[in-house]
Amino acid sequence: MEREDIKSIIESLLFVADGPLTIQRLGEVLEGVGKADLRSTLDELQAELENNRRGVRLVEVAGGYQLRTPKINADWIKKFLGGRPARMGRATLETLAIIAYRQPITRAEIEAIRGVDVDGVINTLLDRRLIRAVARKDVPGRPFLYGTTPEFLQLFNLKDLTHLPTLKEMEEITLPAIPGEELPVEGVEES
Amino acid sequence: MTTRVQLEIFEGPLDLLLHLIKKNEVSITDIPIAMITEQYLATLEVMQTLNLDVAGEFLVMAATLIHIKSRMLLPLTDGDEDEEDGGADPREELVRRLLEYQRFKDAAAELERREVLTRDVFVRSVAPAEDIPAPEFRDVSVFELLTALKRVLDRLPKDVVHEVMLEKITVREKMTLLLDHLRTQGSILFESLFAGVTTRMEVVVTFLAMLELVKVRAIRIFQEEATGSIQIEAAADLENAPAVLAMQDPEEDQHGT
Repeated sequence: MEREDIKSIIESLLFVADGPLTIQRLGEVLEGVGKADLRSTLDELQAELENNRRGVRLVEVAGGYQLRTPKINADWIKKFLGGRPARMGRATLETLAIIAYRQPITRAEIEAIRGVDVDGVINTLLDRRLIRAVARKDVPGRPFLYGTTPEFLQLFNLKDLTHLPTLKEMEEITLPAIPGEELPVEGVEES
Repeated sequence: MTTRVQLEIFEGPLDLLLHLIKKNEVSITDIPIAMITEQYLATLEVMQTLNLDVAGEFLVMAATLIHIKSRMLLPLTDGDEDEEDGGADPREELVRRLLEYQRFKDAAAELERREVLTRDVFVRSVAPAEDIPAPEFRDVSVFELLTALKRVLDRLPKDVVHEVMLEKITVREKMTLLLDHLRTQGSILFESLFAGVTTRMEVVVTFLAMLELVKVRAIRIFQEEATGSIQIEAAADLENAPAVLAMQDPEEDQHGT
């Protein structure tokens, strides 16, 4: 098979795939094509889409490859889809961040950090499949330990958990100034 | 001097404290505990005035702050080694918690700045159901149902009529009637369920019939907005309704007035 043929097939597979496609899976379909070749073809395809400012780009996410629209087109897509953006509340986002960085973690441990009850938020996150119970902690009561899911990685465009933004060291933490009389928005100081 | 408190949606006591620290532009590692405690308590008071449900955690933190404040008033003496942490700054633990919490607030903000799926970037046809503008239906709470029931009961003629005639209405009859209604009309308003009903007993029986049908998931009750009218519609395939009824045998079948 010509390299261009392989690239074309890969692009088709990425188009019909329902989620991120792993190299492993691509290898199963494209028998005889080595992993190194697959990887370099994917890199080529990625560069092509990027350089030609195409309407879909190849992104490495949740352990695989996926075609996604570039951010620059977001408004047009939203206008087309007509939906309201599903905003995640602060409580949900904060709890999710704690779980992402501290997994596996129990409900009680999350509550100790946030200083509030997190039952409702945990249920929301479970419903949205952004977290799941991964095990039980070996302490009295055997509480569930929660961790993030591949859907979490997909939601935040993360290749894997090691690509989470680095958590600040305690010494680096500065409180953002309060902008005027408005609600404290997500404007956090650059460090 | 009146303290004007800008009320915001605080996620919890730590969030409120961080806000106060920022607002007063004081150092998080050297919190002027008396001032912050005072403002913290003032905020709680406003929340209570507004009848907001001040969660227990807010009160626990209030107690913690007062405890720290009182400990800071005590002179440090050398012989205090038996104190919990041997004369360490009583604010230390609180500062650690605040910093830890801020750390995850920062992390959350960092996550939100990423290219978020269905906000910044999209994939083919996998538009999550939540994003598609579905008609906004809320589940009706039991309390809303009870309030609606009370309105119906209040509308009944006040005159006390002593009916001697024994009128038998069964929950099952009402269930069948209601299902017949839905079969022909699709959905009906909660209030119209009680059209023509004049006795308290019949209102109650009708209400029970409705609850029974909800229990077996034959009907759904919802409202379009918090204060909107409550609507009832068939949930299951109504052709199977007789089967549903057969399965359901309300323990008490006989009601009379």
